[in-house]
Amino acid sequence: MPIVLIVAEQQPDGHLRKASLNAITAGKQLADKAGAELHIALIGKDPAKVADELKGTGAKAVHVGAAAELEHYLAETYAPVLATLATELKADYVGMASTAQGKDLLPRLAARLKAAMATDITGLNGSGADITFNRPMWAGNVFAEVKLTTPVKVFTVRATEFAAAGTGEGAAEVKAFAPKVEASKTKFVEFKEVKSARPELTEARVVISGGRGTKGDFKEIEALADELGAAVGASRAVCDAGWVPNDLQVGQTGKVVAPSLYIAAGISGAIQHLAGMKSSKTIVAINKDAEAPIFQVADYGIVADLFKVLPELRTELHKLK
Amino acid sequence: MKILVTAKRVEDPESKIKVKPDGSGIVQEGLKYKINPFDEIGVEEGLRLVAKHQGEVVVVSIGGKEVQEQLRHALAMGAHRAVWVNHTGPLDQFGIAALLQKVTEKEKPDLVILGKQSIDDDQNQVGQYLAEFLGWGQATFASKVESMESEQEKNKVPAVTLTADGKAVRVIREVDNGLATLECQLPAVVTTDLRLNTPRYASLPGIMKAKSKPIEELTPEKLGVDVAPKIQIVKLSSPPARKAGIKVPDVATLVDKLRNEAKVV
Repeated sequence: MPIVLIVAEQQPDGHLRKASLNAITAGKQLADKAGAELHIALIGKDPAKVADELKGTGAKAVHVGAAAELEHYLAETYAPVLATLATELKADYVGMASTAQGKDLLPRLAARLKAAMATDITGLNGSGADITFNRPMWAGNVFAEVKLTTPVKVFTVRATEFAAAGTGEGAAEVKAFAPKVEASKTKFVEFKEVKSARPELTEARVVISGGRGTKGDFKEIEALADELGAAVGASRAVCDAGWVPNDLQVGQTGKVVAPSLYIAAGISGAIQHLAGMKSSKTIVAINKDAEAPIFQVADYGIVADLFKVLPELRTELHKLK
Repeated sequence: MKILVTAKRVEDPESKIKVKPDGSGIVQEGLKYKINPFDEIGVEEGLRLVAKHQGEVVVVSIGGKEVQEQLRHALAMGAHRAVWVNHTGPLDQFGIAALLQKVTEKEKPDLVILGKQSIDDDQNQVGQYLAEFLGWGQATFASKVESMESEQEKNKVPAVTLTADGKAVRVIREVDNGLATLECQLPAVVTTDLRLNTPRYASLPGIMKAKSKPIEELTPEKLGVDVAPKIQIVKLSSPPARKAGIKVPDVATLVDKLRNEAKVV
């Protein structure tokens, strides 16, 4: 039986990165179509607790490799360990969420497996051995259906296109294995976390983003975000200007979000920004310029000053509570 | 030090990309082309490192004769010489990395700098494949330190720095929820994120000088690489268009719509 292996990710703080659950759903869909068995891989210094969390996701087995040398994630140490596991399991497909780690790791793993790879898949087609992947190109302006022709096929999953797998389905067998860690030419030095009390951008139900129109003043955006329990995002222009941290950037080169509600304040709607938020369920645009391209994708638009609209919106929404 | 940088030819990021009705490709007519923005950042970073530590920047591009335009652009920015891998057929990331591996083994640079992704394929793979093929360390998504507003400040604390002994490179990387710092033994592969630097403009003397800088021509055959693609594009299509929305006159109407029509608040 063919094997689909999904790599789960442990965050530096020890928790499971939630996007892994979305990747597991993609893995399940693939396993169904390909008539394959779903397996999960998890490696790190102390992955046992996260492995327990993954037991009920409907996979056949969770393969857990613990080693002190895997404490800090490095593509050079993780890729060979996972490649060995994939080879021993005779995995036909290896996938992972399209997180920063997924994007750094899987191409290196693919190279080791002599496999072709599809990045950021949004859907699957076909059945049996004839599976194709859908993926965005040109900043989401084009969707390609691609076929990988190597024996092993590698992919990363765009988390916003697949629901998160539940954790109460069945009981996968947890299989421990001893990873043989190769020496690395790269040394981990440090990780500086950007801490926020707000929900994670890619997981939030509501996202409020500011653009150049804010002139760097995000107070009203933050106040509205707090009222709604929303995450704050930003256009590339404001990140480039250093007004807000880089990891708030929504777009082709930043994060891809698909919340229920996306409010774009003072964002013109450049192609590169739209690539990151076009799949949101409802889009609201607040912009002084009636011709701004953002209005072409917005469900509801207000042509007005964001500094006037945002406080009013906050007051009105507060009344609803 | 010797630094190899890439210069992929891509459609201008501002251009409107349209899919051909039969889904076999994109409409080429009226498109403008540029150096991939992430590669341009890579060229700039290479030039900055060489300005500090001496050496040379070699730029490489793969494609038909037209990619010489992108090579000349990098040469006009200040790169010292160029390598052109002449290939007009289809190519995937595996093939590109395999070609770059051969070019790298021939040039023996201390560092290869590539863009983290090209804005046409959006694959974000080549640097990582290349590092594995070469057995080198990798530091992807090199970025600058937070909250450095002026270009001058950024230059003081660059994201890519050589260690004191000159044997390793220290790279600050943009990752989920923060910044990670790695130290890679040289030679190594680095890929650039958007905020690493602001590429310089090519000056007029730079453009004039670029005309006489050498471009070496290679081919996949000469490099001994089989570049037959392992990724087949079955079909291209346009993403589903969003239904045209409406403009509302005031906040009260907006809240009413969000509550009763969209049901999201």
